[in-house]
Amino acid sequence: MSTTSNNAGMPWSVALVGNPNCGKTALFNLLTGARQKVANYAGVTVERKIGSTRLANGQSVSVIDLPGTYSLTPATPDEQVTLEVIEGKRRGEDAPDAVVAVVDATNLRMNLRLVLELKRMGRPMMVALNMADMARAQGLNIDVAKLGAELGCPVVETVAVRHDGHAELLELMQREFAAARPTQLAASDFAPSTPAELQREVRRILAIVEPGITTEFANAKRFHHRLDAVVMHPVWGLAILAAVLFLIFQAVFSWANVPMDAIKAGMAWAGEWVTAHMADGPLRSLLVDGAIAGLGSVIVFLPQILILFFFILILEDSGYLPRAAFLLDNLMGKVGLSGRAFIPLLSSFACAIPGIMATRTIANWKDRLATIMIAPLMTCSARLPVYALLIGAFVPDRSVGIFNLRGLTLFGLYVAGVVSAMLVAWVFKRIWIKSRYQPLMLELPPYRMPGARNLALGLMERAHIFLARVGGIIFALMVILWFLSSYPAPPTGASGPAIQYSIAGWLGQALQHVFAPIGFNWQISIALVPGLAAREVAVGALGTVYSMSAAGGEVADALAPVIAKGWSLATAYSLLAWYVFAPQCISTLAVVKRETNSWRYPLLMAAYLFVLAYAAAFVTYRVSVALGGG
Amino acid sequence: MRIRMRTNPATTTMLLNELPNGAHATVTRVAPASDEVDAVSLRRLAEIGFIPGEPVQLLRRGPGGREPLAVLIGDTLFGLRLLEARCVEVSTDLDARAA
Repeated sequence: MSTTSNNAGMPWSVALVGNPNCGKTALFNLLTGARQKVANYAGVTVERKIGSTRLANGQSVSVIDLPGTYSLTPATPDEQVTLEVIEGKRRGEDAPDAVVAVVDATNLRMNLRLVLELKRMGRPMMVALNMADMARAQGLNIDVAKLGAELGCPVVETVAVRHDGHAELLELMQREFAAARPTQLAASDFAPSTPAELQREVRRILAIVEPGITTEFANAKRFHHRLDAVVMHPVWGLAILAAVLFLIFQAVFSWANVPMDAIKAGMAWAGEWVTAHMADGPLRSLLVDGAIAGLGSVIVFLPQILILFFFILILEDSGYLPRAAFLLDNLMGKVGLSGRAFIPLLSSFACAIPGIMATRTIANWKDRLATIMIAPLMTCSARLPVYALLIGAFVPDRSVGIFNLRGLTLFGLYVAGVVSAMLVAWVFKRIWIKSRYQPLMLELPPYRMPGARNLALGLMERAHIFLARVGGIIFALMVILWFLSSYPAPPTGASGPAIQYSIAGWLGQALQHVFAPIGFNWQISIALVPGLAAREVAVGALGTVYSMSAAGGEVADALAPVIAKGWSLATAYSLLAWYVFAPQCISTLAVVKRETNSWRYPLLMAAYLFVLAYAAAFVTYRVSVALGGG
Repeated sequence: MRIRMRTNPATTTMLLNELPNGAHATVTRVAPASDEVDAVSLRRLAEIGFIPGEPVQLLRRGPGGREPLAVLIGDTLFGLRLLEARCVEVSTDLDARAA
């Protein structure tokens, strides 16, 4: 749309464009507050962030936050989207009325290249000289008027971390839109310029707007070299990193337990309340076992997600995260992963869902995909109840040196997960996507104090994405699973557990033929079906199957002695091996679908995990039987 | 802008990864050093600031002392792996620096 025709109630629109780390998202947050929506551009995994801001005259302006980019050469999906949106060529997106080029005032040498490229596109443009306060504190006296004259467009200072730091930009927008200048159409199609050509122009402009500033002078004030000497030190840096990782692991693993238990208790209470106040029947069962249980299984992940992202956002905003990635890059690079993969993988020990959501910090798509694919191999906390049950039932409580055999077994299962993740990553990168070498080119921005506004909005955004996008899929699948486990109802006078007569029961009986070669009996096969919901549910399901089987006779004691008596050692080991890979977690597959924007990858993930789980269980079972464990 | 030739014996031209920690230099050329670095990566190097005439300083190396390298290019700090650092030719003769 052209600016002249934009009078009939359609809000004006601006697009924020800038280099990564220029404070663009902070400025977007300041402009739009909580009035923002996050989605994906159709067909790609590039995030589409849109919000609105209000000018002094009451006019509303819609603001698009385009992905951070170093140039307009469309080499990555991010840059492709940025270019297409500005040009109005992206399907379903109107071209913005104006472009706001967000510039880190402390690093004009780099940021102005993108501004010059944007200028050549010929769209109406404003420049926001962000972090103007820091530039001044660092002794960079930028002549704003001269910069505007050289660039040929209005320039204002902004401070995205101050509550009124966008005042000048709002005034400028009002003036620009009131003038309603007709859109200057680019004479020809936009052709990217070479960086060298752009840099010559940047050097010329810098000599005019901040004369006498040398890089040595600028960098001495900009970077905290003495802090970096410790944080990026080969020994001290790794020690600090280990402490930070330990803190995050501790927080996600144990602090989240309190709110998670509260959510579980709340849902149990709600279920009981409905049970007490409703007549028995299919509707009550749907509400209690389907809807309430389904809702509970969605929001129970929220504490872990919020705690993890609290840390990630602080580490990211402060500039520590890329430095940690720098320290670990060599190690992770050996299996073809990026240094940035460590936080998603670490969090996957608590739960793969926040872990997979955290892969967004990995810019390279193939690196990100490889990390997503191996995240479920990290032993998540939902597998602990299964491990605990089986180890408690089958592994003797015996000392091995200073260690305990049960503890060693558990440790071995964790190691098995990590080792197989490394192998899968290696195979994935070398064979499937055939990328031998990925450049790092990781920017290490100056340290900055994280702001509370960005932290709060960032957490809200993640919670919203999880509840709205993933929650819906999980909830729907939970209700379907309830249906499968409840219907058809057992015939009157039936002696077996109700689930045995349901569709889930039939499935389990049918699956028994599939699982017999790896030593699973029909009870395990049935328990695997509701175990699709979450891995720990398999324990409860086993309990149901066994206790209900014994319904006619004595009440079953704890599950452990029952299975210790009923299962062979080979079956137990086989089930343990199965759970190292355990493909059946619907929530994980749902989040992979959301993060990769396609069903291809969750299906591929389920398939490869199933094959690995089956193969590992088969080998374990056969070897155990051969050794006399049958 | 003057670009010093490798053949000129009066100047010291080397690859970025050959600089000692802390050394200052000036970028003279960005060229592919191996088949594994494709045109997109080379272009990306230029886009993040590895442009002839730009001042560069190798700050430190990652654990193990080989890679990655922390490199100040212009006013921006980047972490590079060895393969891409080998694509950047630098001159330790600071006069080669553009204004």
